[in-house]
Amino acid sequence: MSDHAAHSYQHQFDSAEHQHSAAQLGMWVFIAQEILFFGGLFLAYTVYRYAYPTAFAQASHHLDVTLGCFNTAVLIGSSLTMALAVHGAQLGQRWTQVIFLVLTMVLGAVFLGVKAVEYGHKFHEHLVPGPNFLFDGDVRHAQIFFSLYFVMTGLHALHMIIGIGILAVLTFQAARGAFGVGYYSPVELTGLYWHFVDIIWIFLFPLLYLIGRH
Amino acid sequence: MSAGSDHVVSLKLYFAIFAALMVLTALTVWVAFIDLGAMNTVVALAVAVTKATLVILFFMHVKYSSRLTWLVVASGFFFLAIMFALTMADVVSRGWLGTPGG
Repeated sequence: MSDHAAHSYQHQFDSAEHQHSAAQLGMWVFIAQEILFFGGLFLAYTVYRYAYPTAFAQASHHLDVTLGCFNTAVLIGSSLTMALAVHGAQLGQRWTQVIFLVLTMVLGAVFLGVKAVEYGHKFHEHLVPGPNFLFDGDVRHAQIFFSLYFVMTGLHALHMIIGIGILAVLTFQAARGAFGVGYYSPVELTGLYWHFVDIIWIFLFPLLYLIGRH
Repeated sequence: MSAGSDHVVSLKLYFAIFAALMVLTALTVWVAFIDLGAMNTVVALAVAVTKATLVILFFMHVKYSSRLTWLVVASGFFFLAIMFALTMADVVSRGWLGTPGG
């Protein structure tokens, strides 16, 4: 593995730098696609919130701002630890990398745990769209809000679960010394993915939890 | 033997960005409980866009990336803007003209 870490690159590239920038570009193309993937849901949210602003504000009051805010802080913290893991990889600090990759996974797991608790509350309060939905207000359109809530936060959570899986593999590789000054693309690209997932939450939090609070 | 044209960002900057993101999160929650009418949504989105920009520029290193990366990032948001603009132009203007014969 250490040979690999030193300075090898695939034959189609001129240099390790060339390979690294191609990998980076590919990741950004994927992220541009992800922007549009989530964008469709954000657009659906916009269309329905424009159509039923009152129902959306009423429904939003049933989300827990404290838990949402806590999770926002946790996720921003995990972006910091991810950035520090990449920094460690760039400087070839093997154990700094491993520690921050593990911390990123732990914070990701905390986020998912809180999300699971929130989902549990919604089931108990009959706020899951369907025949058992109970709501004091515009029942029909509040269900649209909660459908969007579950799909958007669910897709976001799925991205985090995949992210934690990738981080687990990276941690194992990093501990074996796979990454260093000459080769750290996997760590950096995973960082890009993780930060992107953080950005999605940065928009989901105010749009779902904070409407019509005053 | 560096893999990158990659800029190594200082730890101090990472912590500063983290602090800014936390302050902006507190700001967005605080503002949500004040009645600003339609401006509440505008402020919430402005704060979210600022936070996203900080993450993209510094945590995702775009500030130090090639022009090609800038182009790809911009194209993602450009197509998102087209999708929103065309759809909302339709949704918002539906009621402006009466139904033919109606």
